[in-house]
Amino acid sequence: MFHAILFYFFSAVLLGAALGVIFSRNPVHAVMFLVLAFFQSAVLWLLAEAEFLAIVLVLVYVGAVMVLFLFVVMMLDINVERVTGGFAKYLPLGILVAGLMVTELALIIWGQGSGVDLSGGFVAMPEGYSNTEALGAVLYTEHVYAFEIAAVILLLAIVAAITLTMRKRPGLKQQDVAKQVAVRAEDRVRIVKMDAERGEGES
Amino acid sequence: MENIHLTIVFAPLVAAIVAGLFGKQVGRAGAHWITILSVGLSFILSCLVLKHLYWDGGEAQNYTLYTWAVSDGLRMEVGFLVDRLTALMMVVVTFVSWMVHIYTVGYMHDDPGYQRFFSYISLFTFAMLMLVMSNNFLQLFFGWEAVGLVSYLLIGFWFKRETAIFANLKAFLVNRVGDFGFILGIAGVVMFSGSLDYATVFASSEFIANQQIEVIPGTAWNAMTVICILLFIGAMGKSAQAPLHVWLPDSMEGPTPISALIHAATMVTAGIFMVARMSPLYEFSETALAVVLTIGAITAFFMGLLGVVQNDIKRVVAYSTLSQLGYMTVALGVSAYSAAIFHLMTHAFFKALLFLGAGSVIIAMHHEQDIRKMGGLRKYMPITYWTAVVGTLALIGFPGTAGFFSKDALIEAVKYSHWAETDALVYWIAYLSVLLGVFVTALYSFRMFFLVFHGEERMDKETKSHLHETPWVVTAPLILLAIPSLVIGWITIEPVLFGGFFGEAISVTTGHDVLVQVGETFHGSWNFIIHSLTAGPAVYLALAGAATAWFLYLKRPDIPASIATKFSGLYDLLDHKYYFDDLYIKGFAAGGRRIGQFLWSKGDELIIDGIIVNGTAKQIGRFAGILRRVQTGYLYHYAFAMFFGLTLILAWLLWA
Amino acid sequence: MIGLQHYLTVSAILFALAIVGIFINRRNLILLLMCIELMLLAVNFNFIAFSRYLGDETGQVFVFFILTVAAAEAAIGLAILVVLFRNRRSINVQELDTMKG
Repeated sequence: MFHAILFYFFSAVLLGAALGVIFSRNPVHAVMFLVLAFFQSAVLWLLAEAEFLAIVLVLVYVGAVMVLFLFVVMMLDINVERVTGGFAKYLPLGILVAGLMVTELALIIWGQGSGVDLSGGFVAMPEGYSNTEALGAVLYTEHVYAFEIAAVILLLAIVAAITLTMRKRPGLKQQDVAKQVAVRAEDRVRIVKMDAERGEGES
Repeated sequence: MENIHLTIVFAPLVAAIVAGLFGKQVGRAGAHWITILSVGLSFILSCLVLKHLYWDGGEAQNYTLYTWAVSDGLRMEVGFLVDRLTALMMVVVTFVSWMVHIYTVGYMHDDPGYQRFFSYISLFTFAMLMLVMSNNFLQLFFGWEAVGLVSYLLIGFWFKRETAIFANLKAFLVNRVGDFGFILGIAGVVMFSGSLDYATVFASSEFIANQQIEVIPGTAWNAMTVICILLFIGAMGKSAQAPLHVWLPDSMEGPTPISALIHAATMVTAGIFMVARMSPLYEFSETALAVVLTIGAITAFFMGLLGVVQNDIKRVVAYSTLSQLGYMTVALGVSAYSAAIFHLMTHAFFKALLFLGAGSVIIAMHHEQDIRKMGGLRKYMPITYWTAVVGTLALIGFPGTAGFFSKDALIEAVKYSHWAETDALVYWIAYLSVLLGVFVTALYSFRMFFLVFHGEERMDKETKSHLHETPWVVTAPLILLAIPSLVIGWITIEPVLFGGFFGEAISVTTGHDVLVQVGETFHGSWNFIIHSLTAGPAVYLALAGAATAWFLYLKRPDIPASIATKFSGLYDLLDHKYYFDDLYIKGFAAGGRRIGQFLWSKGDELIIDGIIVNGTAKQIGRFAGILRRVQTGYLYHYAFAMFFGLTLILAWLLWA
Repeated sequence: MIGLQHYLTVSAILFALAIVGIFINRRNLILLLMCIELMLLAVNFNFIAFSRYLGDETGQVFVFFILTVAAAEAAIGLAILVVLFRNRRSINVQELDTMKG
C-alpha cells in the first residue's frame, strides 16, 4: 500500500515535471523541470528495484547531460519570443495525436487485445541480490562487445562535439609540434664563409 | 577429292577477299588477274570433278566438313554433296563466271569501282558454288541468301544512280517475300524430319508425305504439299516467277556482265536447281507439282509477251530470261527435272552470250540502251553480230542449236505429261502456253535482233562516228560462249536426258517419268531434229515468229506503231507490265508504308512514347508534384507524420 | 499492487507528453532535444518494467546502452546547436531551411 502511494506520488510529480518541460516559456525553467523529471524517474526506478540504473540516471543524466543542456541554454542568447509562438495553434493537434496514442496504448496495456497477460506484479528479488552485480555480470560477459562499441560511440561523440564547436580564430599564436620536431639546424642558422675583410687603416 | 572441292569453293572467295579488301594494294590489274585465275582454276577443277563422276564412273560424294552447331539434336553442318547434278551446275557456274570475269576487263575498263566489281563477282561465284554443292538445307539457305546479297550489291553497283538503288532495294525486298516462304519450307522440313541433311530428309520423304498439317485450324493439308509449295515460293522469288518476277527486269540497272552472270545464267536458276535437287520431295506431292507447272506456264507465256514491247535492249533480254525460266519451271512441274536442268545449262550459255552481246553493243553505243536508236550495226561489229545470231537462234530453238534440243525436249515432255487425268486441263494449258511461248520468243528475239543489227541506222552522228568492234576481252568470251550455244545440245542431249546422267541425284517416280516416254522416240540427235520437224509445231512456230518479226520490223516498220494504237488497251497492259509494279508499289509498298506510318504515329509516337514512356514520366512528375508538398523540409512535419504513423500502427495492433 | 501495467501507463503518458511537447515547441530546437530526452526516458521506463517483470537483466543492459547513446546524441546535438546558433544567430527550426542535399 505504502509502495503504491509512493508510486502514484512520484509518478504524478514526474508527469507534472514533464508538463512543465513542454509548457514553460523559459528554456532554463524547462531544463530545470527536466532535471526534476529525471530525479522522479530515478526514484521510480528505485521503486522497481533497478538501483544501478537509477543511480546512473542521476549521475550521468542529471550530473552531465542536463548540466550540458543548462550551459548551452544559458550561453546562447536566445530570443524567447521569436522561438515560442504558434503555441496554441498546434496544441489541439498535438493533444489529439497524443490522446489517441495514450488511449490506444492504454487499451493495449489494460485490455486483452495483445493476447499477453500483462497484469502481474514484479517478482521480489531474493535475499542478497545485488542489482549492480547482476548487471555487471551480464554486461562484461555477454554484452562485452556492445559495451566496447558503446565506449567507441562515446569517444566519437567527444571528437564530434569538439570538432563541431572548435573554430579557428585568426591571429592566434599556435604551436606546431610537427614543425618543431622536424626542424633542422640548417633552417635556423646560416654559416657564411667569407674572406676576412681588410679593415680600414690596416696595411 | 575433298581438297579439290574445297579449292573450287574457296579459290573465288580468297580472290574476292584479296580484290575487295586489298584492292588498292593489288591495283586494277592485280584484282582482275587474281579473280580470273582463281575462277579459271575453279572451272578447270570443276571439269575434273565432272570427268571423275561421269567418264571415270566415280561415286557421288556426300560428306560433312564441319559441324557448326548442334541444337536439340538438330545438326547444323557445312558439307558437300557432289553428284552429277552438282558437278554439272559447278561447271556451268564457273564457266559462265569465268567468261564474265574476262569480259568485265573490257566492259568495266573505265569504272572507278573496278576492284570492287571483281571482288563482288568472285564472291558471287563462291556463294553460288556453296549453294549448289551444299548437302544440307542450312548451307543451301546460306548460299541462297549470299547470292541474293551479292545480287543486291551488284544491281546497286552504281550506287549514285537513284534508279539503281531503287532496283536493288526492290530486288532485295521481293526476294525477301520468296525467302520467307523458303525458310518456312525449311522449317517444315525440320519439323517433320528433324534434320537438315538432304539424305536424311529424302529418306523420310515418304513419311512426310503421309503427314497432315493444320496451318489454318480445322483444315488439314498434306505436309509434303505445304513444304514443297513453301520451298517453291522461295524458288519463285529467286528464279523470278510470276508474280514475284518484278525485280528481274529492274535488276538490269546493274552492269551488263552482272545481268549476264547473275540475272540470266546462274543465280536466277538457283530456284530451278533447288526444285530439281528436291525432286525426291516434289515427287510425293502432285498438288505442288501442279502449282509449279501453273506458275511456270504463266511466266513462260506472259512474261515473253512483255519482251515484245520493251525498247531497252537489256530489258528485252531480261523478259526473255523470265520466259525461259518459266520454261524450266514448267519442266519441273511435269517431273522432267533433267529437262529443266538441261535447259538451264543451255540457257546459261546462250543467255549469257546474248547479254554479253548486248553489253558489247552497249559499249559500242556509248552506253545507249534504247534499241530504237540503234540499227544496222552488223557492218560495224561483225563478231558481235555473228555471236548474236548464234545466241538468238539458240534462244528461239532453231534446229541444231543448244536451245533447240533443250526446249524441244522440254515441250515434248509437257506433251506427254498429262498423266494425272483428273486435272489434265492444267497440262493442256501448260502445253499451249509453252507452244505459243515459242512463237513469242522468236518474235521478240528477232525484233530486237533486227532493230539492233539491221535496218536503217538511227543513232546520232556523234555515236556513229565512233562505232567500232569491241576489244578482244569482250569478243573472246562471246566466241567462247557461242561455241557451246551451238553444239552443247547436240552433244549432251542423249546422256543428260535419256542416258540416266543424273543417276541418283534426281528421282522420278514411275508414272511421272515423261522423259522416258520422250526417250522412246529418241534415236540420236540427228533423228531428234527430224522428229521435231514432223512431230510438233514448235519449230514452225519459231520460224513463224522470226518471219513475223522480219515482216514487222524490217519490211514494214510502220505496222507495229499502228498495231500499238489500234490495240492500245492491250499495248498499255503490256507496256505497264500487267500493272504488277503498280500493284506492288502503290498497293503493297504504299500500304506497308501506310501501316508503318500508322504504327509509327499511333503505335510508337502516341501509345509507346506518348502514353507508356513519356506518359509514365509525366504521371510520375505530376504525382511527385503533389507528393513533394509533403516534403516540406520542416522537422515537425516529419515528426508529425512519424507519430501519426505510430498511432496507426498501434491501431492496427489493436484491432487487426 | 503496483506492477507492469502501471509503469507502462506512466511511460505511455510520458511519451505522449513528449509528443505534445514536440508539437507545441516545434520552433525551438533546444526544447525539441529535451522532448526527445523525455521520449527516451519513457522508452527506458518500458525496458526496466519489462526487465523486472520477466526477471531478465538484459532489458536493463539495454537501458544502459540507451543512456550511453542518448548522452552521445545530446552532446553532438548540442554541439550542432551551438554551431548553428553561432552561424545563424537563431535556433528557430523554421529558419533552418538552407540544407542542400
